[in-house]
Amino acid sequence: MRDIEMSRVNATREEMFETVKSPTLTHEQKLTTMTNLADSLLEVLKLPKGLDELLNQPIDKQCICDLAEGHAPLRPRYIIPDYAKFMREGSKFLQLEPPKDLYEALNCLQIFYRHVPSVTNFPVYVGALDELLEPFIDDVDEAQAKKLIKLFLTQMDRTILDSFSHANVGPKATKAGRIILEAEAELEHAVPNITMKYDESITPDDFAICGIRAALHSAKPSFANHSMFKGELDEDYVIASCYNGLKLGGGSYTLVRLILGNIAKRADNVEDFKKNQLPYVCQIMAEYMDERIRFEVEESGFFENNFLAKEGFIKRERFTAMFGMVGLAECVNILMEKEGKTGRFGHDKEADKLGVEIMEQIDAFNKQHVNPYCEITGGHFLLHAQVGIASDLNVSPGTRIPIGEEPEELLEHLRHCSHFHKYFPSGTGDIFPIDMTVHKNPEFVLDIIKGAFKENLRYLSFYSSDSDVIRITGYLVKRSEIEKLEKGQNVLQDTTALGMGAKHNGKILERKIR
Amino acid sequence: MKRVPVNKIIPFSSVDGPGNRTAVFLQGCNFDCRYCHNPETRNVCRDCGECVKSCPSGALKLGESRVVFEPAACVSCDACIHICRYGCSPRIRNMTPEEVMEAVQKQVPFIRGITVSGGECTLYPEFLTDLFVLCKKEGLGTLIDSNGTLDFSEYPELTAVTDGVMLDIKAWDDEEHKKVTGVSGVVVRKNALELASAGKLLEVRTVVVPGLFDCEETVRETARQLRPYLAYGNIRYKLIRYRKIGVREQYAVVCRSPSEEMMERLADIVRSEGLDDVIVI
Repeated sequence: MRDIEMSRVNATREEMFETVKSPTLTHEQKLTTMTNLADSLLEVLKLPKGLDELLNQPIDKQCICDLAEGHAPLRPRYIIPDYAKFMREGSKFLQLEPPKDLYEALNCLQIFYRHVPSVTNFPVYVGALDELLEPFIDDVDEAQAKKLIKLFLTQMDRTILDSFSHANVGPKATKAGRIILEAEAELEHAVPNITMKYDESITPDDFAICGIRAALHSAKPSFANHSMFKGELDEDYVIASCYNGLKLGGGSYTLVRLILGNIAKRADNVEDFKKNQLPYVCQIMAEYMDERIRFEVEESGFFENNFLAKEGFIKRERFTAMFGMVGLAECVNILMEKEGKTGRFGHDKEADKLGVEIMEQIDAFNKQHVNPYCEITGGHFLLHAQVGIASDLNVSPGTRIPIGEEPEELLEHLRHCSHFHKYFPSGTGDIFPIDMTVHKNPEFVLDIIKGAFKENLRYLSFYSSDSDVIRITGYLVKRSEIEKLEKGQNVLQDTTALGMGAKHNGKILERKIR
Repeated sequence: MKRVPVNKIIPFSSVDGPGNRTAVFLQGCNFDCRYCHNPETRNVCRDCGECVKSCPSGALKLGESRVVFEPAACVSCDACIHICRYGCSPRIRNMTPEEVMEAVQKQVPFIRGITVSGGECTLYPEFLTDLFVLCKKEGLGTLIDSNGTLDFSEYPELTAVTDGVMLDIKAWDDEEHKKVTGVSGVVVRKNALELASAGKLLEVRTVVVPGLFDCEETVRETARQLRPYLAYGNIRYKLIRYRKIGVREQYAVVCRSPSEEMMERLADIVRSEGLDDVIVI
């Protein structure tokens, strides 16, 4: 381990002390912050040359961002346990037998969630709840089942204190799935996030409508293009965290992101960007990811010692990593200006074409870069349109059109998305607040989903303009909780603070209502 | 091909029938409803040219004795509508069924169909027939939003390519119908029953304006008369709360909005007559 300067130690100690005294952080939030600060003092990774100048910069200059994964990753960023295996076999470490009825099934899952680590220390994937619970759903009458499921979901909302926690339902209609969606529509909780895997040829309209009704009340589920994900990741994919497509029983070692707008600032013109700047930064980021993965696999001991791996709920060889990017819009706009052109991303054919060219180049880079521990995805990382973080200023998520510049018509907006969603098997998505009159016509949303998935869109989220629970970028927060935090009160979930940041820096409450 | 005046095409509409539909609004109406909230769609432009001067963005020009509208330049400020002494919008494009179809196709595959509304779209039955034939070729649904004065039984070709009609019942009693709209409602009621018996009456709607007509009687009679036809297909009753927005000043002062309690009472009446699918907006 490399030495560090005492001044850095002392600065960190100051931050730790401030954390201890914080009036707004809850106890759990303080513990997480303290852990991250302690970790920041470790220097064990062999960092690629040139990384420091791209990584450790203020937000208007930073070109690579590692999203607070820490200096010595002690676990993969996203872990996707095979809950079905757990339901079949139980767990020796947790001293649990396979559940025999709905009571035991819900109890087992609750216990298991407590032991699934991630970058947030909370599980980013809580299972295909409909499939997991369907075998037990007729153990009790429907009213009783709904009551139990509501208690289970409330327990999750109050103990998984982070809305990067994701359940899946669909594509098949199930009784359990319907009860879960109805319960969420009534509860209006922020946790867990939910995705409905949707395939027009598998998912019946009434099940999809049940999902849309829930979404108009609680901003979830979102809708994933099942046939698209299946084509890339096979049947055993899941949607986790914000909207990340990953393999069941695996996960993602790491997620690092390119901040494309700041890379564009380094370039003289489009040619310089494409020829020199972008390839240079991509290479350093890939090397940095390689090193993080090497550490996790070869040094951290996680895959040898954690019960999830030992009992086969996860397998090292089912992990991959996510090569992220943000700010394509800003990147394109800056490059257009450097070329003396006025066209803007989302509104101009030439600007959009440049966006596609940049994505093609990143995609091509990723496809030639090989990491020995990403066997499951052909030795390559998966591209990820990252949704941004609270402190991002003038950085639009992934390939999204900046808020405030959305095209006048939803149709044009969707057509624009269709150029970009295909690049991102490990996740991208667009969010549309819908006028509350749609409560009376949920089929409106279903038609848009059907059309969008025919046009190769990957992932869509909707919420009603009058909803308390809203989708910030990929995760969910209650407006009422943001208001509490703004007044300096404690709030339960750590994602509320991220939502507050995104409200102020990312203008997320100003999205165009459709 | 004959052209018809098109007031507006809304690419995605969530309020003009089930699902996502492109809504096409034709210009011109043969009713003069007191509470009309878009009176500028009633008359057809007389090319007087008054509005051209009022347009701040140069979207209106006086061509050879005609007002010419450039949609791309329009900033939707409505100055032209406010200045028109004939109560008419000059922002009209005269379009053929093929041209409208071309505008509709841009929304495929995001829409399940189209709804043609107005003004009163059934003033142009041949146009509707031709447009719907084109829609059917593309597998798109076809709905008409109408005041019900075109006797559909005389236009079997149109009825055949129409999936359903959403019909206004302005008032059940004919004297009251004349009072509200200036026109008799005999054909409206005939259409309601005939379309219902053909399973093509998708929805009836009544704008509720207390004091202007007997809202309770209209709602009760409409529901009662339609009840026997539910076997041929669901009929939704949409009760629309009168709102002042857009209404001409001379009528806005005499019409008042109903209370929520009244709307709920009317919805209960509809349900008690056996129509379960009621929505209040």
